[in-house]
Amino acid sequence: MNFGTQTIRFNNKPRVLSGYSIVGPKESMGPLDPYFHKRLRKDDFGQRSYEKAECKLHMSAISGAIIAAGMTPQDIDVNIGGDLLNQIITSSFSARELDISFIGMYSACSTFGQALIVGAALIDGGYIRTATASTSSHFSTAERQYRYPLELGTQMTPTAQWTVTGAGCSLLGKEGSNIFVESATIGKVVDFGISDANNMGAAMAPAAAKTVLKHLQDTSRSVDYYDHIVTGDLGIYGSRLFLKLLESEGIKAGAVHLDCGAMIYDKKQRCPQGGSGAGCSSVVFNSYFLHHMRAGAIKRLLLVPTGALLSKLSSLQGETIPGIANAVAFEREDD
Amino acid sequence: MISRTEYNELNAKLAPKSKEGRTLLFAFLVGGLICMIGQGFSDLFKLLLPKSDEKVIGQLTSTAMIFLGALLTGFGIYDRIGKYAGGGSIIPITGFANSVVSPAMEYRSEGMIFGVMCKMFVVAGPIIVSGIASSVAVGFVYRLIGAIK
Amino acid sequence: MLLTYLQVFLVGGAVCMLGQLLINLTKMTSAKILVTFLLIGVLLEAIGVFDEIKDFAHAGITIPITGFGSTLAKGAIEGVEKEGLLGALTGGMKAAAAGLSSAIFFGFVISLIFKAKTKV
Repeated sequence: MNFGTQTIRFNNKPRVLSGYSIVGPKESMGPLDPYFHKRLRKDDFGQRSYEKAECKLHMSAISGAIIAAGMTPQDIDVNIGGDLLNQIITSSFSARELDISFIGMYSACSTFGQALIVGAALIDGGYIRTATASTSSHFSTAERQYRYPLELGTQMTPTAQWTVTGAGCSLLGKEGSNIFVESATIGKVVDFGISDANNMGAAMAPAAAKTVLKHLQDTSRSVDYYDHIVTGDLGIYGSRLFLKLLESEGIKAGAVHLDCGAMIYDKKQRCPQGGSGAGCSSVVFNSYFLHHMRAGAIKRLLLVPTGALLSKLSSLQGETIPGIANAVAFEREDD
Repeated sequence: MISRTEYNELNAKLAPKSKEGRTLLFAFLVGGLICMIGQGFSDLFKLLLPKSDEKVIGQLTSTAMIFLGALLTGFGIYDRIGKYAGGGSIIPITGFANSVVSPAMEYRSEGMIFGVMCKMFVVAGPIIVSGIASSVAVGFVYRLIGAIK
Repeated sequence: MLLTYLQVFLVGGAVCMLGQLLINLTKMTSAKILVTFLLIGVLLEAIGVFDEIKDFAHAGITIPITGFGSTLAKGAIEGVEKEGLLGALTGGMKAAAAGLSSAIFFGFVISLIFKAKTKV
């Protein structure tokens, strides 16, 4: 690492050329609606299965970002993507339709951070010119894989989060934008012994806190350096724990901290602690935050997508839930 | 940073709890209502088939309730009831129907054999296994006691 | 008549409320709750108190899954009385056949007609 022990500094400033977000009906009823690029009226997206629908979402996000940058798929060197489904079929099946070199990724809901880091590093190193970083999730496919059939009459527990239906894609390139990826901290897997799969905010909060602390330490910055420190999907309760953990280290981040999961739904929408899912951070970053960075309202942003690295099998076998968080710092150059 | 144990204590202290009163009230109301519907079916069958014995009435009643639960699941209504009622819609026999029908619908996209037929019991399997195993055990014990006497 | 329905409502509601209490306290999933109450039904039948409760509660105790448990256990006991040891194996299934077969049959038919819709 060229910046402390866990942090990379991108010397050649890889740029964020464009961002695109596409969401399901529930997300478009939330407070971030005006910022999304496309909203579905029905979450099956006209497809036979929800898996196909998610795949179409993922593809739409990638092509949306490419078009938004005024490019064609031929201009993209690498497509880096991930999702939550087994064997990341969403990303690889959407890559099947795109004629672009593909790197598939998985680190649960923090995949977006991982994809950004790899894309930015490849560009920074001069190996490639452009890369897309995309992730997606779909409530109905995640529900089937991790929880219960949709029609089963279950109740959400008070700590549960709602999987975001949506896909987001950022297009990274060498030049052509005043927003760049400044540095990134690659997280370590942290397990504080939470085993309730319906309390993923608590499972991920320690990982997020550790990554943020390490980032601040490696870069010798204080939290005020950033306009916002944005965690991925800790949710309302997870965010509270995250801030408590930072506080125990003497860092007060309450004023700059936001959480994509806690932002995406309205209280009235009955998602106890907010949203989650691999699509959560990518959708919110590529809509709300990228919009405000472009407008100049946000100049420095630390995005910390968080992931709970569990499977249904590991939960059933009584394993606790390891968490991970990757931090990516974005900055805006003023002309 | 604080230790694992401290963190788990913190989580136990701060984690939001269920709205105890409200969930219990809904479970009570909906559960009681479903049972009253069952009683209604039972009385209706008694009226229609005055000569049948209690066992037949019981079987007809549970079949009718299972049909009701299955149909409401098909129309996508049962899971909405369940969202509010919780135990009130899980525990009645309609909830058992819901737990059989919902995976059958869910896994339809994986085909007839491996989807519908294999996965039909992913939720209800344990109910059938434990029910049958325990009833056989009860029968054996009953026989054993009879033999000793 | 009305009193009967009141009894059904109160006992049925109380059983379900007990289930909800278990869910709230232990975060049990629906399969575990159903198994627990089914076994309670089997047990109540085995020790011979189920019929007494039923005389008071009627559908209030037979419609909850406890009723299914009792049917199974009662069937096994009656099977033993009629056919000896073999009856322990056949009795329960025989008595519960209507419920089991209808659940499987309706489940199958419904899955052909309806498609799973997303939650709201």
